Amino acid sequence: MKIHVKYFANIRDLIGKDSESIDVKLGLSVEGVWGLITNGNKMPNNLLAAVNHEYVSIKHVLKDGDELAFFPPVTGG
Amino acid sequence: MKVEIKKEQFDPWEELVDYKKNQLQNNPKIGASSIFLGMMRDFNDDENIESMELEYYPDMTEKYLTKIVSDAIKKFKIMDGLVIHRVGLLIPTDPIVLVATWSEHRENAFKATREIMESLKSEAPFWKKESTNKGFKWVKPKNQTEENLDGS
Repeated sequence: MKIHVKYFANIRDLIGKDSESIDVKLGLSVEGVWGLITNGNKMPNNLLAAVNHEYVSIKHVLKDGDELAFFPPVTGG
Repeated sequence: MKVEIKKEQFDPWEELVDYKKNQLQNNPKIGASSIFLGMMRDFNDDENIESMELEYYPDMTEKYLTKIVSDAIKKFKIMDGLVIHRVGLLIPTDPIVLVATWSEHRENAFKATREIMESLKSEAPFWKKESTNKGFKWVKPKNQTEENLDGS
């Protein structure tokens, strides 16, 4: 299945791009995608993830066409 | 209710006058207005800040701001709420965020404004990148512990 992944703030700097579409196997979780794009690294505790503009846990299982975003703790206001 | 992301500098006082005139229409049931304005400082953690880039996640940021204000309206039974937040390049003294609430009595307006601001700071996807004479630096939340982003 295909998912679209977005990166924000220092995560974009770390990954080196702001977004990409990737093919992943059915049933992959958010932490699984992070492992895939970082060559097996564990997700840091303070890294946040959202799917289709809603916060999700690292165990959240993705569906075809999902928009997944990775970003650091927020610092607005 | 209004939630807006501004890509250019804004005048918070003009925004309030416009909102009062066009949306609140001098509603005689409003007895209290509570306003919070956050502005950019020229220092942070003993460093001089020359400018700051504010990034956001289009659609998700607006969605969460709308949820935060709607929740506060319901919880504190206030009559209306407004949030305007800057993104893009800011310089010291620029307004960053305007939160305003209106209610019958002061207590609920005070509480709602405070809660909107605290929820915004912990939930709304915005990120600050400061520019100092030593270079750029992503701002970390005050209550976060250090951890390397590569998981090490």
